Amino acid sequence: MVTHYRAALAALAMSTSLASGAFAESHEMALSGELKIFSDMSNPAPRAVMEGMIERFGEMHPDLDIELTVIDREAYKTQIRNFLTANPPDVANWYAGNRMAPYVDAGLFEDVSDLWEGELSENLASTKGAMTLDGKQWGVPYTYYQWGVYYRKDLYEEHGLEEPQDWETFKSNCQTLLDNDIKCFTIGTKFLWTAAGWFDYLNMRTNGFDFHMALANGEVEWTDDRVKQTFANWRELIDMGAYVDNHTAYSWQEALPFMVNGEAAAYLMGNFAVAPLREAGLSDDQLDYYQFPAINPDVELAEDAPTDTFHIPSGAQNKEAARAFLKFVTSAENQTAINAGDALGQLPVNSGSSVDDDKFLKEGFEVLSSNSPGGVAQFFDRDAPAEMAKVAMEGFQEFMVKPDNLDRILDRLERARQRIY
Amino acid sequence: MAPLPPSTAPRPAAIPASGPAPRGWWRRNQIAITPWLFLAPGILFFAIYVLIPVFQSFNVSLYDWDGLGEAEYVGLANYEEMYWDDAFYTSLRNNVIWLVLYLLAIPGGLAIALFLNQTVTGIRIYKSLFFFPFVISQVVVGLVFSWFYDPSFGLLNVMLGWFGAGPINVLGDERWVTYGIIAAGLWPQTAYCMILYLTGLNAVDPEQIEAGRLDNAKEFRMLWHIILPQLRPATFIAFVVTIIGALRSFDLISIMTAGGPFGESRVLSFYMFEVALSEYGFRMGYGAAIAVVLFLIMLVFITYFLWSMYREERGR
Repeated sequence: MVTHYRAALAALAMSTSLASGAFAESHEMALSGELKIFSDMSNPAPRAVMEGMIERFGEMHPDLDIELTVIDREAYKTQIRNFLTANPPDVANWYAGNRMAPYVDAGLFEDVSDLWEGELSENLASTKGAMTLDGKQWGVPYTYYQWGVYYRKDLYEEHGLEEPQDWETFKSNCQTLLDNDIKCFTIGTKFLWTAAGWFDYLNMRTNGFDFHMALANGEVEWTDDRVKQTFANWRELIDMGAYVDNHTAYSWQEALPFMVNGEAAAYLMGNFAVAPLREAGLSDDQLDYYQFPAINPDVELAEDAPTDTFHIPSGAQNKEAARAFLKFVTSAENQTAINAGDALGQLPVNSGSSVDDDKFLKEGFEVLSSNSPGGVAQFFDRDAPAEMAKVAMEGFQEFMVKPDNLDRILDRLERARQRIY
Repeated sequence: MAPLPPSTAPRPAAIPASGPAPRGWWRRNQIAITPWLFLAPGILFFAIYVLIPVFQSFNVSLYDWDGLGEAEYVGLANYEEMYWDDAFYTSLRNNVIWLVLYLLAIPGGLAIALFLNQTVTGIRIYKSLFFFPFVISQVVVGLVFSWFYDPSFGLLNVMLGWFGAGPINVLGDERWVTYGIIAAGLWPQTAYCMILYLTGLNAVDPEQIEAGRLDNAKEFRMLWHIILPQLRPATFIAFVVTIIGALRSFDLISIMTAGGPFGESRVLSFYMFEVALSEYGFRMGYGAAIAVVLFLIMLVFITYFLWSMYREERGR
């Protein structure tokens, strides 16, 4: 049995040169036993996607008994600690970047660098860095999505505005809107992370991707002048009154109506905001997307694109089947299928996949694949250690309400940095 | 002093002359052991779920541990960090505000109880309506009040608008947020105190009121000198449950603000949860250190309660 599998794996390694061979070669492996999968894809659409994937994988491996446990996405974030130690499944969802670090450091995730050898590294090149810790890969991505400015095209046209290409236009657009009693941006900072999106972009545009990652990794002082420059740029917007009032009381969903009602013209958000905005009645003629414009022309553009992933816990029972499943997940066909507009509605990571015919997905794919030369970040709370992210995001929120407290906030963050790293 | 053990009951006369049969160990010690047997399950669970964890918390608070990897002994470093931690003092300050303002539930409950303690048609309905907030879950109370406070469509701001007062972002403004949550908490807590006082009022001795009347006691003097002393047991219980309620304020904070804005509405229990168990937490050592401080604060009250109960018992 085992030797048979090894032979199949060797055949697999050779046949990977055929880009579309992933489906066919999975057939060659006679997998059996039980495959336990824990998933956080609990919302209706992702859940259907997960179940569809398992159905297709199960058809390829009729002898394999696949058992899927779906856990609420928020609850999963704390439960993963328990089940990875006490009752590890064979495959588990998680996130890329520093979010993996606690489990990698504790030896709870399996090193899957072998899967990444050869062609997969090229196909998934955009996220390889985010899946790598200590020079090894610890999982595979199945989807990501772009961040950017989603705006009311009709309002922009009404006031004669165009998508800004630089910081000056960005601000002058905003001033025009404010003069017409429209807030430039909606945001709900009750749960903090939305403010981190603004920090990510402002910092990456002011100081560049490498500086941003160095800051997230604790290599730069928070009291550094370059960080202060980022906050100075941010403050220009705050002092203009660019953001909706009372944003500390809203979640990101509760901030959507301002944009739907036309009280605010734009939202710096991930692509997942498109679905509720459409449901709220905005047509594709009213809603559009632009990439956050350059601030400092000397730095290359870089984007946030949080990546969701699959991993094999090191305590898994059926690692052969788990590896086959990960391989299946990353195949170009599968990624095309699961990221389609009627499925996840996000971007496939595999460069061989095709993007669904949706204007936001197409624009996002364009931005991430060809207009993000600086690099692709995960998101502040995935790039920085969780503890630092929490303290920093609280600081961002406080800054947005009380920009005068900046020096105190930065001192606090710097103390936290010295303690955490 | 103690009643005679049953084994000393008259024995059948047919016992052989070789002397009294050796009484079993059980029979000899039955009286001493029985209470302990009854207490054993309680003691066992109390020890496993309360006492031992208390000492474990003390122990964990001396380590730097993420709950997964190796725990590293750091001595008192967690407490030292706490000493420098602004967020800790914010939480502590909020805890004090909670403890003080939550006590308003006691006079509030007493006032409503006195008001409702009359025989009018339909009084039971009024009583149930006043008691209603205590029956619904704290989570629901939290949600209802978040909508009430909502800066754009909340009822509070609509009402303030009638008087030309501006919208107040109660839950998003660090100056108001704690008071806003306490007001939400007082709603069910007042109902609880009201019920305690209503039952207490049933037990008030009518003869004493009669005697007070003869001595020309009226209104406030009647309340202060005749009624309230008789309500002392109810007041004591109301005090205990209110203090406990104030220290347990976790769920309302979690639902209404998640500790925000920028951590200004946290109390120690919420901060402990955030540090040790939330998505961005998992610093078990620091969380345990906060738990220890919280325990010491509670210990003050626990000691007071135990001491006053002990005094009551002895007074009888």
